[in-house]
Amino acid sequence: MRGFRAAAGVAAALAAYAAHADGQELRPSGKLLLTGGVSDVEGAGGGGLATWATITGYETRDGIGANLHGTMVDLPDYRFTAFGGAVGFLDRIEISYARQAFDTGDTGAKLGIGKGFTFHQDVFGAKLRVAGDAVYGQDRWLPQVAVGAQFKKADRGALVKALGAKDDQGVDWYVAATKVLLDQSLVLDGTIRATKANQTGLLGFGGPKNDGYQAQFEGSAALLLTRRLAVGVEYRTKPDNLGLKEDDWMDVFAAYAVNKTLSVTAGYADLGEIATFGGQRGLYLSVQAGF
Amino acid sequence: MIRLLTISAAVCLAMAATPLLAAEKPVDPYVQSNANAGVTPFAGDEMLRAFHGPQGVSRIVDEMLARVTTDPRTKEIFAATDMERLRRVLKEQIVYILGGKVDYTGRDMKTAHRDQGVQQTDFNILVEHLQTAMDHEHVAFRAQNRLLAKLAPMERDVVVR
Repeated sequence: MRGFRAAAGVAAALAAYAAHADGQELRPSGKLLLTGGVSDVEGAGGGGLATWATITGYETRDGIGANLHGTMVDLPDYRFTAFGGAVGFLDRIEISYARQAFDTGDTGAKLGIGKGFTFHQDVFGAKLRVAGDAVYGQDRWLPQVAVGAQFKKADRGALVKALGAKDDQGVDWYVAATKVLLDQSLVLDGTIRATKANQTGLLGFGGPKNDGYQAQFEGSAALLLTRRLAVGVEYRTKPDNLGLKEDDWMDVFAAYAVNKTLSVTAGYADLGEIATFGGQRGLYLSVQAGF
Repeated sequence: MIRLLTISAAVCLAMAATPLLAAEKPVDPYVQSNANAGVTPFAGDEMLRAFHGPQGVSRIVDEMLARVTTDPRTKEIFAATDMERLRRVLKEQIVYILGGKVDYTGRDMKTAHRDQGVQQTDFNILVEHLQTAMDHEHVAFRAQNRLLAKLAPMERDVVVR
């Protein structure tokens, strides 16, 4: 936590310095509507399940953007919620945090861990844009490319280890490529993530079947319908380290920007089988507020 | 030497070909060429029809310019601009890009914006006003985006700080 704060502070100082060194005028909220993406389940700028190469917030290369978000997925046997915030510096660096809660509700009793038993996870993310521009590079095939890391810490160490997880914390590394194909009114993202996480980390990291990093894919395809509205689909593959038939995730979503301060994403997510309970499909709802 | 002569001849021709329109102020000599528009135009007349022809483009450019020159965030950029000339070459440029049978007689984007001090935010504000003007002209959203796809890469030449 202290390390994260220090890193965020350093990044902020560097960003401010870089801007002033150039004699740039710092200006907020200069980005075009929805072009920063929304907040994904891990708190990073992206779609819903997939992390994108876009830097969160409405700042351009001459400013700082920030937002807060709340996300909920209402499943038949569980409820997932997440709250967090993120800051984007100069459309170059993104620092994010999300606290996820996975409430087992009545299912907790059936699993023998107690009614309402809730798993939590803290996700600290950092993302650096390294090449391309998703919006302006319309005459080039090169997408916007970003590299990132997410440090994740699950709070139910004893239980996830009893389930077979080797660790209750881990780091995901990813490379994301995002392209807006304005000519087709499409947004495409493909992200490769090296991870050991079980259910993205809520059930710990590694397990009896596998304890090494595995490359997984997550991606989104969205159609821009108006300046404010995009509809799309997402897919995210996951490893099955615990041998609990962990399924890939998918969703369909609609993201609506009321304005640059408020956006709402609603969708339907299929999270497959989670801890022996299959068919976990339900409403995905996320609200983001910022600038 | 031959090249220099060619350029001089072209400049002379260009100046001769451009009638001194009432309110336009002279600019430094430059070589007129459709290449100055900075993009390959659309083929066929589908796109120009989607914008309701040169008259539709004219209405869109007029509204966009009215907006950016009154928007407190961008109006200073146009304080020293010859608006009559800008209005004319912008209409030419967009009609040309949309596939219209006109020549673009303005300067290239880099030269035209060299001293404007445009930031990325300003570029985007102009895009937003253009989108609003296209909405008011009832240009279909997908056609709007196809034009914006042609204009977006100009950010590299227009944004100078």
